[in-house]
Amino acid sequence: MSHVSEQELAEFEAEVTAWFDENTPGDPGFLLPETFMEVGTDQQFEFLRDWQRQVYEAGYVGMAWPKEYGGGGQPQVYQDIATKAMARVRAPFLPNTIGLNWAGPLILNMGSEEEKQRYIRGILSAEDIWCQGFSEPDHGSDLGNAQCRAVKDGDEYVVNGSKIWTSLGSYAKYMILLARTSTEGDNKYAGLSFFLAPMDAPGIDPQPIKKLTGEYGFCQTYFDDARIPASTLLGGEGNGWQVAMLTLTFERGATGGQAGGLASMELNINDVVELSRRARRNGKPAIEDPFIRDELVQLMIESRGNQLMGARSRVAALATPWPSATSMSGKLRGSELKRRMCKLALAMQGANGGRFVSADAIDGGMWQRSYLNAFSATIGGGTSQIQKNILGERVLGLPKS
Amino acid sequence: MADIEFSEEQAMLLETAENFCRDRAPIAVVRKGLSEIDTHDPQLWQEIAELGWLGISIPEAYGGLGLGLGDAVPVAEAMGRHLLSTPFLATTVAIQTLISSASDAQREEWLPRLAGGAIATVALTEEDGNWRLNDVQASGTADGQYIALTGHKSMVLDAAAADLIVVSAKVDGATRLLLLEPDQLPAGAIVRQVAIDETRRCYDLRLDGVKVPTAALLPHTDLDAIEQAALLLISAEISGGMVGVLSLIVEYLNTRKQFDRLIGSYQALKHPTVDILLAAEACRSHLYHAATAIAAGDEHNAEVAVRMAKAQGSEAFAYAGDRAVQFHGGFGFTYECDAQLYLRRALWCQYQFGDDRHHRQLLAPLLLDAG
Repeated sequence: MSHVSEQELAEFEAEVTAWFDENTPGDPGFLLPETFMEVGTDQQFEFLRDWQRQVYEAGYVGMAWPKEYGGGGQPQVYQDIATKAMARVRAPFLPNTIGLNWAGPLILNMGSEEEKQRYIRGILSAEDIWCQGFSEPDHGSDLGNAQCRAVKDGDEYVVNGSKIWTSLGSYAKYMILLARTSTEGDNKYAGLSFFLAPMDAPGIDPQPIKKLTGEYGFCQTYFDDARIPASTLLGGEGNGWQVAMLTLTFERGATGGQAGGLASMELNINDVVELSRRARRNGKPAIEDPFIRDELVQLMIESRGNQLMGARSRVAALATPWPSATSMSGKLRGSELKRRMCKLALAMQGANGGRFVSADAIDGGMWQRSYLNAFSATIGGGTSQIQKNILGERVLGLPKS
Repeated sequence: MADIEFSEEQAMLLETAENFCRDRAPIAVVRKGLSEIDTHDPQLWQEIAELGWLGISIPEAYGGLGLGLGDAVPVAEAMGRHLLSTPFLATTVAIQTLISSASDAQREEWLPRLAGGAIATVALTEEDGNWRLNDVQASGTADGQYIALTGHKSMVLDAAAADLIVVSAKVDGATRLLLLEPDQLPAGAIVRQVAIDETRRCYDLRLDGVKVPTAALLPHTDLDAIEQAALLLISAEISGGMVGVLSLIVEYLNTRKQFDRLIGSYQALKHPTVDILLAAEACRSHLYHAATAIAAGDEHNAEVAVRMAKAQGSEAFAYAGDRAVQFHGGFGFTYECDAQLYLRRALWCQYQFGDDRHHRQLLAPLLLDAG
């Protein structure tokens, strides 16, 4: 990698910060979602897609991806600086999360030249939205048991079955699809194949699902004799499990190569502390309640511990004796902490903790909505309980459950 | 300042200490030490002195290595992992006390001896177990060239073996630190106490009738520096202990069978074990951040970091020890099972220099009311 001077980086940081200060949109007049999993209305979707396009045109996403496919061809450090700048100004997130962070790096990692040419640019510009077809209604966390069938017929596969929790399903042009191409043999994993499926194929029908919040945000996608080109197979027939596992390492951040950019507008512990100064409990600011203070400090310690995890695991001598523990536990730690932080935010509001999204609730009811939505991360991408099985088995070497 | 800095010296110390403790403190040796009355293994102590570990944070001018307190962390961590109990903790805290509060002459007299293997300790805690180091009942009254002491100290580590005891007492209404040597103590002044962690030697120190020369007074009383050193080193023992107890749990879960299945396959045991793993990871992250923050010298950051390390580690280690006993089933209830060694170590660590609640209470104004 070419050497970048401190001065060049400082100049770039100033430039990118100025751009985001100048261009970050103000309050759109409606409550925005916090992550791509919560995009519930066309209004929210269009606002966020326009924003990603604008960021891409300014050159601040996919900065380290190869230039020939639409990326910036620059060292990763530039993207890291740009992503930090987005977070600092609390810019809206970039909604094509699955494309930017999972499908995109996957295609760059193992796709053909033609696939890179076809897909990468549209991922970055948000012109082509991507969704994920892994989980099924009867096989939530047990991905290896996927039953959605894909049967080869000439130069097409005929797909039947359904996928669930397809975020952005109604807006997506492509889906990374894990389907069963064989039921032969006793190894359930060997019968799986991985497709870059076009969502406009006849017979694919994404149906929005109403979430526990009462909002829409993802779909159940039905396949009824849907015909997709055989050329959309990635990694060869029967290798779907390996491709899916590689995808999950991108999803969980265990492997680098993501396009970067802010992936969510997530709340952090400082937002909860800030709320504690405004929210009232028994006639006083919540921050004066000794029980609230203790819980806040507890969560601040945990939050700090999570922040420090990366810095420590980069020191090889301090990453022993379970070096993969920190990277493999990121989702578990982050999602569970977020859920508990949001729950504490409700406790700070006294009786108003029992209100919900409405103009006269505290912060418009955002905290209640955030708490309920926090389950999407503790359940999606493998529940916290499955994460603990994985960590126990792969990191500590415990026997399978 | 990076959040965590770890030098070549620290990496080397960690590796050397880890190998040394593994070789010299197999569990059978640790258990043999439980029955010894007052002394730690003197030959082992001499080897530790020869390795230079006692002089890690002592300036070169006084015969030390001239590194910082943070450089003693890898050694304390390795000792904690293997439950190796020596006067290292007590002596290193006493050394920090001399560095931060003693006169040049006092340092000149003691630091070279301590670097060479003399044992020292601090006598701060009293009968009521108060963690606030400034709340002292013991007192000293000027009596010519001497100061006459009254009161008594409690939970004084390694007092019977110590060549030097730094004791706190009220003198003229202010908390002061004084140097006390064994030959200044009458017979019966040092009485063994029973500690929950049987690898420790701790004592009641009776001061009534004891006189020390006025030159024994330390010119400064930097109680914060003492507390910080103790918190950092105990957190290091905790971090090592977390790895030790987790390894014990994992080994048992991978060998013990019940109902024809290895018990590690049961999620009721597997999931809390993963909780312990994540707590151990957090513990080590807080620890080395605290070591980095102390080395950087920013008072506020260092205080926050070291209190967070002790608060998080105290409860995490106690939980890990608690689960280790439970997961060993009937065997876990016996003295023979090593789980008790870790649980009892964890409880000792939790209640010395403030437990998790104490430090969260002190962190609250630092984190919530500042600025």
